[in-house]
Amino acid sequence: MISSFSEPAVEVAEAAPILELINVSKRFGSGLEALAAVDLRVGRGEFLSLLGPSGCGKSTLLRIVAGLTPPSAGDCRLAIDRASGRLGFVFQDPTLMPWSTVIANVLLPFRIARRRGAEPRDKAAAAIRAVGLAGFEDSYPHQLSGGMRMRVSIARALVTEPDLLLLDEPFAALDEITRLQLNDDLLRLWERYRPTIVFVTHSVFESVYLSTRIAVMTARPGRIAADLTIDLAQPRSRATRLSPDYAAMCERVSATLAQAMGTP
Amino acid sequence: MNRVWLRVIAPLAVGALFLALWQAAARLSGVPVYILPAPSDIAGSLWVDGPSLLGSLLVTLRITLAALAAAAIIGGLIALVFSLSRVIEISFFPYAVILQVTPIVAIAPLIIIWVHTPFLALLTCAWIVAFFPIVSNTTVGLNSADRNLLALFKLYGASRGQVLWFLRVPTALPYFLAGLRISGGLALIGAVVAEFVAGTGGAETGLAYRILEAGYRLAIPRLFAALFLLSVTGIAIYLVLDFISRRVLRRWHESVTAEGEE
Repeated sequence: MISSFSEPAVEVAEAAPILELINVSKRFGSGLEALAAVDLRVGRGEFLSLLGPSGCGKSTLLRIVAGLTPPSAGDCRLAIDRASGRLGFVFQDPTLMPWSTVIANVLLPFRIARRRGAEPRDKAAAAIRAVGLAGFEDSYPHQLSGGMRMRVSIARALVTEPDLLLLDEPFAALDEITRLQLNDDLLRLWERYRPTIVFVTHSVFESVYLSTRIAVMTARPGRIAADLTIDLAQPRSRATRLSPDYAAMCERVSATLAQAMGTP
Repeated sequence: MNRVWLRVIAPLAVGALFLALWQAAARLSGVPVYILPAPSDIAGSLWVDGPSLLGSLLVTLRITLAALAAAAIIGGLIALVFSLSRVIEISFFPYAVILQVTPIVAIAPLIIIWVHTPFLALLTCAWIVAFFPIVSNTTVGLNSADRNLLALFKLYGASRGQVLWFLRVPTALPYFLAGLRISGGLALIGAVVAEFVAGTGGAETGLAYRILEAGYRLAIPRLFAALFLLSVTGIAIYLVLDFISRRVLRRWHESVTAEGEE
């Protein structure tokens, strides 16, 4: 049941996708059509961004993948067991328990799985160190800044060493400086733990900087308008943002997004 | 610092001024003591009748605290059951409301007929007045867990029991404590009303009955002294519950941390 991420399995992406959406659509009780016939395959080790305008159903798609909402039609196939901690989820808000310390919040997935003792504690301490919050284990969420709370949230999602990490516009509410910092930190964590990441954003710059692949979505009902591979050199760093390749790629993704939204 | 002083001194000054005016008015107007005693008369009565009044206060206080404890435990359990089953909540909540809005003075005589032990009868009356804020507050609290946290618990495969103990109960704790602070005052009111209706419960006489008795005998300074003790008790109950609530929530809840150390 417990696997590790020692081997980045990018090369087998085509052979065995970790996530496959076939003809998935979603219509809410109110009659609102959020998603229409979405097909998507995500290979192990990929960093995929779902990019689209607000209200295009990106978050709904993510919730379907997480099993939090059933699709109205179509199939969502996961190569992993959702409930065993193989899947991590980071919400737009940090979503921490205010009555628990940082370490208790990060330990939550283990606590639910009834795993106690030294091993979970060590893993939680390691995850807190990995997001740069060593020394804050016993702080309460209200004592931390917005960026630090989001780091706790990421640590909690990473503590079970998930195969698939879903992030729903996690940095949208943060200021620019914190956001850029957390972008870099997320990349370092991805390189280290090598989960497959599906990242929802409406920022072109963020998606190009982070991803190996971008799925551009249309406005409501959401469907995948374009699937772009981002082959900027790895590992990415601040220098990437200044490179002409990055600018060119942003330009291209922007144009694709504009096309998808129907604006000339 | 200045604000703290202002908070203490300003109300005290108002109180002192009020007492001084009262004293002067009572003495200068010549209104008889059995209609409006001066504060000095009340203080005298408090000194003379104090020991026997305190004995009665203890009787009332015992009923109040027992009713409050019963309200906290039974009210909390009712809220728990309500939160576990929407059907039960919808079916029974209206009756909790009916029990709450029916004046206790009107039900008290019935309860005193039905329940033969005087202590239990008084306790039941006080409990009926006190339990509702705890039930309604705690039910709201148990149902207001963060939606994303609920989703997260679901994602990690949490059982219903885990969702309840790790998420709903901690979420409800501040609501429960707020309800408890309201119920503290209500339990005292309930106990007093029940004593008014029940009269003297055998050998033990509560403070409320002493007030009635003092009224019949036109011992108005003693009536005021008993009233004073009752008010002080109510304030003390509130302060103790407020202190407990702050102690419990001091580490994390906004109501406490916002004005805290930082």
